[in-house]
Amino acid sequence: MTGVQAEALLHPTPKGLYCPPGDFFIDPVADVDRAVITHGHADHARAGHGAVLATPETIEIMATRYGEGFTRTRQPVEIGEVTVIGGVSVWLVPAGHVLGSAQAVVEYQGMRMVVTGDYKRRRDPTCLPFEPVSCDVLISEATFGLPVFRHPDTAGEVRKLLASLRRFPERTHLVGAYALGKAQRIICHLREEGYDETIFIHGAMKKLCDLYSRLGVDLGPLADATVKDGRGAKQDFAGKVVVCPPSAMNAAWARRFADPITCFASGWMRVRQRARQKGVELPLIVSDHADWDELTDTVREVDPAQLWVTHGREDALVRWAEVEGRYAKPLRLVGYEDEND
Amino acid sequence: MIRFAHLLDRLIFTPGRNAKLRLLTDYFAEVPDPERGWAVAAITRDLDVKSVKPAQIKQLVYARVDGALFDMSHDYVGDLAEAAALIWPEKPGQNYVPTLADAVETLNDVTRAEALEVVERWFDALDASGRWALIKLVTGGLRIGVAARLVKVALAQYGDKPIQEIEELWHGLEPPYTELFAWLEDRGPKPASAAHAPFRPVMLSHPIEEADKPKIDLSEMAAEWKWDGIRVQAVRERDQTRIYSRTGDDIGPAFPDILGAMPFDAAIDGELLVFDPDIRDRFAVRPFNDLQQRLNRKTVGAKLLKSNPAFIRAYDLLWCEGEDLRPLPFAQRRARLEALLGEHDASPAGDERFDLSPIVDLGGWDALAAARANPPDEAIEGVMLKRRSSVYVPGRPKGEWWKWKREPHLVDAVMMYAQRGHGKRSSYYSDYTFGVWREGEDGAELVPVGKAYSGFTDQELRKLDKYVRDNTIARYGPVRSVRADQDQGLVLEIAFEGLARSTRHKSGLAMRFPRVNRLRWDKPSAEADRIEMLEAMLEGSA
Ligand SMILES: [Zn+2]
Ligand SMILES: [Zn+2]
Repeated sequence: MTGVQAEALLHPTPKGLYCPPGDFFIDPVADVDRAVITHGHADHARAGHGAVLATPETIEIMATRYGEGFTRTRQPVEIGEVTVIGGVSVWLVPAGHVLGSAQAVVEYQGMRMVVTGDYKRRRDPTCLPFEPVSCDVLISEATFGLPVFRHPDTAGEVRKLLASLRRFPERTHLVGAYALGKAQRIICHLREEGYDETIFIHGAMKKLCDLYSRLGVDLGPLADATVKDGRGAKQDFAGKVVVCPPSAMNAAWARRFADPITCFASGWMRVRQRARQKGVELPLIVSDHADWDELTDTVREVDPAQLWVTHGREDALVRWAEVEGRYAKPLRLVGYEDEND
Repeated sequence: MIRFAHLLDRLIFTPGRNAKLRLLTDYFAEVPDPERGWAVAAITRDLDVKSVKPAQIKQLVYARVDGALFDMSHDYVGDLAEAAALIWPEKPGQNYVPTLADAVETLNDVTRAEALEVVERWFDALDASGRWALIKLVTGGLRIGVAARLVKVALAQYGDKPIQEIEELWHGLEPPYTELFAWLEDRGPKPASAAHAPFRPVMLSHPIEEADKPKIDLSEMAAEWKWDGIRVQAVRERDQTRIYSRTGDDIGPAFPDILGAMPFDAAIDGELLVFDPDIRDRFAVRPFNDLQQRLNRKTVGAKLLKSNPAFIRAYDLLWCEGEDLRPLPFAQRRARLEALLGEHDASPAGDERFDLSPIVDLGGWDALAAARANPPDEAIEGVMLKRRSSVYVPGRPKGEWWKWKREPHLVDAVMMYAQRGHGKRSSYYSDYTFGVWREGEDGAELVPVGKAYSGFTDQELRKLDKYVRDNTIARYGPVRSVRADQDQGLVLEIAFEGLARSTRHKSGLAMRFPRVNRLRWDKPSAEADRIEMLEAMLEGSA
């Protein structure tokens, strides 16, 4: 490798991953002066930083979620556009996770490090696909870093939902899906499978769905899942698809629907006990994170000199890398929650 | 196998009975013979295939994947079958996917050692759900929350036939039930009941409400005690002896003490009870809890047979030495039953396991009410009235048989935890753990004594749900802890049928059929009952 130590270029701190020569953080979990943000999920993108460098889509998502004053200085950068901060070159590469999501590439004195942020490798009609970047150090997420997590084909899961709609045409199918990314992706996949009826959405999703549409993601006909005259409302939603945040699936809000079937679109649904705990009747195994095979295939493809593993099940991926003869270490960064993915 | 695995996946997470029935009937309509028949057998647990031990499955996995990674995965997932099914590396090119029928037939043909090899090959071809179903099948752990009875109801619905006919046939049928399906689809004759000692669908009673009394002419009725055990049918026909539950499940293997002591070819309708082995001259009935320890087992050990011996207290005689007695009036059947069991009082000393439930003298409603309130034995849970002219017909014919249960016991308890319900109730906190006061180290504290999820109206449920949400002090997954102390807490008047000692509960007590009798919004929590009151009840009945 080169003169500079990897740890001197990026290392974990309580506020998140820090780059001393550039004096910036990547996805910090507390307020900082200068932040590089990989994507708009709340645990990665917080309000209150001095300056935010991110893709234009991520900037828009943050403004939609937190209001226009979410940061003092916005620095939208296009994919591949290099910014030099304190001698450190920084650019963003698609991560395939949600709209606007990117990996952060950091290069300094010949040392290149890639922070994947959250990512996945399978096709997502709502965002650009992941691009592998060769590097010295790959800092990989490991949300589903156990070999039991192998997400099945997404279209197959969506067909399960459509089959259930045909079998139980009198019941509302209430799909719990993370409001940013998962919800819009499920809607797009339903459209791809030929479902062209109106899809109803929870109020908390409206702004983000509008934003997706404005940024060119076609979601087809949507309507608010609100009760208009209070009477006969239950029947209005019989046999319909309603998309809501996971927290609303079993909340009092859900009572407005006709004998709902709760469907939860999440990678965690792979494990029966998790589905049972949440009282889910139709688990849909759809995730915006890389599964075990995607994680390991990506490491082999990028073939970094070092693998650093962060949020998720770090130990299993580190173990796997060691058996493969790779140098790997867990980062133990705190503050990232992907319970709802 | 794939289709079967998908059915299981869906059934496991579906709480509603009607939805489960729809999944089953759709499956019967979509899947051909013999696949669907084997699926029925697998779910009703009537399927016998060569077994593979969980440890052998583990060895298969260790041979394919890094053991350390599997251990981490097993730790995380909890269930071995599921961890193994999920972690198994796919092998593209292995495209022969076995059907359930292939699997069952092959497993019956091969040796035990070969069985493991074929299972391994199938693992490569199946997906994770399919592997899970296969592992559960061969390790004998297929429990999916669907009772055999529900499958029979689904079959009846599918073929538009009365459930009693299915129940009556059931024990003469063999998987994969192709004759049965032919009959259900009107393609073939009704299968002949081939089994000896078949089940005869049971006759049930109506509970007596105050308004029913004027309609019941006591002079036409016979009265008997309703014993607190489980209603069974014991049948011996030549070399075959069986004990059936009320719904036709064969529970005989768990009761060898009774199977071996049935001295006549007959079908007896009676109550299964446990007696005190130390009292020899008569059957002294033990509390229901002692019977509970004998239920839901495939086999029973010598120790339990000795400490909790079982017998049957006979109510009725349905069939005897080739003669169907069901068309006879109750009075005549009863006379035949008395003649069969003999004049003498049966007892453990005589190595017998059948005695006669006595006929109770019928004064009038007042005398009956007094007898019901103060029965001669703690194991009596009420009075039965049977029209003397009633023929024995399946189901609940109007006006023939009545049950008049004892008043339930009541206790004022305080709601401690609430859990979300299932199905239509999944957005409501509808399951409540309640407790009573006891003296702790820091003064009065609540100790949980039971859980209730019925007895309230929909309107009351909405209020209860709101109360839970407004008074939550902590959450653990689907459970909420609600405020419950000496100054504040919701008092629930709980009705229950009986009490027993239990080592499984913190309080050392277990309640039978607890349900909410009344919501005591008015009662201060500090005035709810104390554990001593329940202890005293136990002392009184022990
Ligand atoms: Zn994310
Ligand atoms: Zn994340």
